[in-house]
Amino acid sequence: MSIEARSPPSQFVAKLRRALGGRAGWSGFALQILFVAALIWVGYEIVANARANIASQRIATGFGFLNNTAGFGVSQALIDYKESDTYTRVFFVGLANTLLVAVVGIVFATIIGFLVGLGRLSPNWLLAKIAGGYVELVRNLPLLFQILFWYLAVLGTLPNPRQSVSIFGGAFLSNRGLVIPKPIPHSGLDAFLIALVVAVVIAFGLRSYARKALFDSGRVVTVWPWALGLIIGLPVIAGLIFGVPVTFEIPELKGFNFAGGSRVVPEFVALTLALSIYTAAFIAEIVRAGIQSVHKGQMEAGASLGLSRGATLRLVVVPQALRVILPPLTNQYLNLTKNSSLAVAIGYPDLFSVFAGTTLSQTGQAIEIIAITMGVYLVISLITSALMSFYGWRIGRSMGA
Amino acid sequence: MKRVSLALTVALATGVVANGASAQTLKTVKDRGMLSCGVSQGLPGFSAPDDKGAWTGMDVDVCRAVAAAVFNDPSKVKFVPLSAKDRFTALQSGEIDVLSRNTTWTLSRDTSLGVNFAGVAYYDGQGFLVRKSLKVNSALELNSASICVQTGTTNEQNVADYFKGNNMKYEVIAFGTADETVKAYESGRCDVFTSDVSQLYAERLKVANPADHAVLPEVISKEPLGPLVRHGDDQWLDVVKWTLFALVNAEELGITQKNVDEMAKSDKPELKRVFGTDGNLGETLGLTKDWVTRIVKATGNYGEVFDRNVGPGSKLGIARGLNQLWNKGGIQYAPPIR
Repeated sequence: MSIEARSPPSQFVAKLRRALGGRAGWSGFALQILFVAALIWVGYEIVANARANIASQRIATGFGFLNNTAGFGVSQALIDYKESDTYTRVFFVGLANTLLVAVVGIVFATIIGFLVGLGRLSPNWLLAKIAGGYVELVRNLPLLFQILFWYLAVLGTLPNPRQSVSIFGGAFLSNRGLVIPKPIPHSGLDAFLIALVVAVVIAFGLRSYARKALFDSGRVVTVWPWALGLIIGLPVIAGLIFGVPVTFEIPELKGFNFAGGSRVVPEFVALTLALSIYTAAFIAEIVRAGIQSVHKGQMEAGASLGLSRGATLRLVVVPQALRVILPPLTNQYLNLTKNSSLAVAIGYPDLFSVFAGTTLSQTGQAIEIIAITMGVYLVISLITSALMSFYGWRIGRSMGA
Repeated sequence: MKRVSLALTVALATGVVANGASAQTLKTVKDRGMLSCGVSQGLPGFSAPDDKGAWTGMDVDVCRAVAAAVFNDPSKVKFVPLSAKDRFTALQSGEIDVLSRNTTWTLSRDTSLGVNFAGVAYYDGQGFLVRKSLKVNSALELNSASICVQTGTTNEQNVADYFKGNNMKYEVIAFGTADETVKAYESGRCDVFTSDVSQLYAERLKVANPADHAVLPEVISKEPLGPLVRHGDDQWLDVVKWTLFALVNAEELGITQKNVDEMAKSDKPELKRVFGTDGNLGETLGLTKDWVTRIVKATGNYGEVFDRNVGPGSKLGIARGLNQLWNKGGIQYAPPIR
């Protein structure tokens, strides 16, 4: 009687079992199915319940309201907007205002944050203490309080338009904001812009030539005076040949407010200031931690090469610190964007204020509007994260090379 | 603020609160032993906490009257302060039983928000508050002005209509709460604060020098303010509606907080019906026979409520005007209790 060799269990089935059930095997798989089914059931119950309740109370539903006339004014619109436009338009006006605050806020927060973070590490005692004091003061006060402080206590004390502060007779600062001359395009504008683009392209060409000369043969070629001359010179020549590119409309006081010109509203300034200054305090700490995570031998190595402290930081330490800095920095960018929804307290017409605020209370369609708004903030955050990940990936790649 | 609406949306979606509350509000309120009433976040004369923390005002008294009718105890009310933009969601989701928060009755609100208005507690209109130093005497002189308004109100749309209709330019800055709006107006950010006229008088009390500010004569809209309830519960709508009517009818019949016990002994057929000594009108509402006595004992009649909170007897000193009874030159009119 011969003993037959046991055939090994099918590789395919074993793999499938592990992939689906993990270590627990088929019973684990069954549990997972049960769990997913329960989730789907809860989700279905939520949707069905909401539908039934809304129908029984005769609350309007659907997204048809987006085509209705909004009928209310908005103080700052980056795209054309009038009261007779639809709620869809209002949505985009609010979205643009939110993105504007987020982008400008992120730029300023990053600049201030890096400066303060570096300042905290400075060997200069006074500078380090001031930077430390800034961080401790700003990050420990509630953001809403800071927004109201800038809006009411600082910008609110500016004079009224009739007593506004004139800046060179063209710009005016008052409690209605900063009014600046508005550029009006003329026929020469196209040639002017083309000349500018050409000049910038040539300037970049010069830069890469200079880098090549430095890396290949060690020659230091000074190109910046040429680049500067080109960028200023070419557009000026274009302007002389093809005529004036723009003229400026000087604002003037008419009635209660300035007519003409462009205006930066105080709500925008207060919100941007508060958000940048608040977020900068956190960024400063992230930068400090990042730089301190780089071994101090790197600083000493830079010094022994004869590099100045600034050059060592810029060329040696900060590039290495960036790997540590980036992930928490992304968090701060996301926070800033989401915190911009506090705008409603000072009447800045951001997405949350005009869409999830006014539009919601006029149409009463809470579920649709809150869902859209949540989706938008989610998308903005995911895009920011993706951009930062891409940047991190590039840094990682260049460090590896 | 945003957390509130988010929470309310979730509540609405899951139906935890709204379930069952849609049809039997009166029973729910009785079982709970407490009326939940949505009011403003502080509008003197209409709904604001006094120096002892007790809510007072016309809108508050409407809720107290409902509580008195249901429980014979005007203190059995939980007041929920709400911003203009959160108020409807709070009612829809069942967080409150009645919204009595200087809310304007409009067709779109009545039809698309899932609410029913129970009547008009105060006939109002929208006006403008300006600094006297601006030397403006008419709203038609407001071309190019900056205007502060509270977001989520009918005022926001009215002001757009008015300025467009008169071919005037304006800049509108909308704030989340009434307090923020008034602060911005006071700081000089706006030339004009616009709201319902009654609110302008109330908010004027909050600024540093009330005498430096004036309400312009123009009234640019109709703002009938009244309590509202969820759509789909006719019995509860009747209770709130007839509580309001009882207040007005009591004034018309001369029943006051002081003489209510005496009047109740009257053998006039009309008064007997009102006081429930004849027939059972109160019981058909789901209340008791003596519901009017309970209401008037708790808050007084409509005239007393008006005088105490916004009229000559209060800091606001608003004249009765449109809110006078129909037989005395106003338009406050209630269907008869019979």
